[in-house]
Amino acid sequence: MSETALDAGFFLRWMTAAAASVDREASRLTDLDSAIGDADHGSNLQRGFAAVVKTLEAEPPQTPGAVLTTAGRQLISTVGGASGPLYGTLLRRTGKELGEAERVTVDELRTALRTAVDAVAQLGGSALGDATMLDALDPGVEALTTSFAAAAEAAGQGARDTVPLQARKGRASYLGARSIGHQDPGAASSALLFAALAEAADQGVAE
Amino acid sequence: MKMLMNVPETVVADALRGMAAAHPDLVVDVENRVVVRRDAPVAGKVALVSGGGSGHEPLHGGYVGPGMLDAACPGEVFTSPVPDQMVRAAAAVDSGAGVLFVVKNYTGDVLNFQMAAELAEDEGVRVASVLVNDDVAVTDSLHTAGRRGTGATLFVEKIAGAAAEEGAPLERVAELARRVVECSRSFGVALSACATPAKGGPMFELPAGELELGVGIHGEPGRERRPMMTAREIADYAVDAVLADLNPRRPVLALVNGMGGTPLLELYGFGAEVHRVLGERGVPVARTLLGNYVTSLDMAGCSVTLCQADEELLRLWDAPVQTAGLRWGR
Repeated sequence: MSETALDAGFFLRWMTAAAASVDREASRLTDLDSAIGDADHGSNLQRGFAAVVKTLEAEPPQTPGAVLTTAGRQLISTVGGASGPLYGTLLRRTGKELGEAERVTVDELRTALRTAVDAVAQLGGSALGDATMLDALDPGVEALTTSFAAAAEAAGQGARDTVPLQARKGRASYLGARSIGHQDPGAASSALLFAALAEAADQGVAE
Repeated sequence: MKMLMNVPETVVADALRGMAAAHPDLVVDVENRVVVRRDAPVAGKVALVSGGGSGHEPLHGGYVGPGMLDAACPGEVFTSPVPDQMVRAAAAVDSGAGVLFVVKNYTGDVLNFQMAAELAEDEGVRVASVLVNDDVAVTDSLHTAGRRGTGATLFVEKIAGAAAEEGAPLERVAELARRVVECSRSFGVALSACATPAKGGPMFELPAGELELGVGIHGEPGRERRPMMTAREIADYAVDAVLADLNPRRPVLALVNGMGGTPLLELYGFGAEVHRVLGERGVPVARTLLGNYVTSLDMAGCSVTLCQADEELLRLWDAPVQTAGLRWGR
């Protein structure tokens, strides 16, 4: 699988799938957020990814890197909250790491995502086990060595594993021990991002 | 749940159009979501820019005007604005003397203002930032997001705004703002959960006969629930929570704040109890501001903010201010 080459079309499909999945799951994300936050995670990401798709469709970038930097910039400009800068940084940084290549390997994508996830951790000041996006992103990236499907599965498991954790960053942290027993909404949406990646791969990759 | 609105998607834009209609001394950019005082940029004056999620009105747009903010950036309901808004605001109000960002300590606000500061500096605007974190209900440690910014934001915007209006340079305005933060603490209580337009109903369940102690201003549930208490008991609890962290040795500036859904009749009664307990604890009150100033949509409840104010801070507090939400001495 490491030989597989991914082109700009693959990354466009990833972003489109992510937008569709955020759309489908918006009310679930908002419900998760209303239990321990402020009930807007779903609608904020919905607004952001809708803007991403609109921009990408209006003028489709020609390289994988440009697709992701454009998407990241749109998220920063439209989402707000903590999710805007964090998801924006995740995609923008990944895009920058991929550079100007017209095709990238899965290995190159994994390395770029690794760097970007570390940048997100630094920006948010969070560590694994704090019940944040990181708890889904980190296992997702690691499992990319196996397959896209494995990455989606690992990210989903990582999100579910935030349930028994006490939130230490973000708005849920204000609850202290009362945040235990709830899935982190950011981890849940991060899992959607990896599920969308697997979906884009299912639709076929350029050889 | 019934709400006075058209559709949830346009509540912020609709409110901004209303602000423009009601306050011709403001320039309201509805599309880009920036509220600016009409005479900006004021030559030689340091500019103050703040912003945050909508739903806390009159914070922040209601505090734009002479003696307070030069611009405000309203985000979606309870969602931090985006960097593009702060950059646009900074460019509109900077006279060359620099801009102070007043930022409430929430992860989203901090990240977006941080990105905006970098972008504005790239465009040649000198930016300083002050982080407001006055809510003692949140444990302040390296392992949390830190104390929230609530009622003290109004003190910071008023006092630093007065200093800027007098012509103080950026470093001095920023230093005063940080001093106000250092000297201020808050504690909030909810009698009901607030309802966001997007959700169309209450954000959390607060059973009849119970109240939430240590609540924030975004409908985040607080840290403890108890059977309903009297105004006297709530004042004791809230003031003692603040004093445990502040220990003032000088007369205080007191904000007795309504969360949006509590009638002024009740709030005045609560204010009397706040004064009583401060008297019992030997803390003289220099000034009191009572009303709905930092709100949480329709939440019933209140908060107490105390600022240990020296002569200079009090003088700047008393200085003239002319905004939609706060207006005196002019």
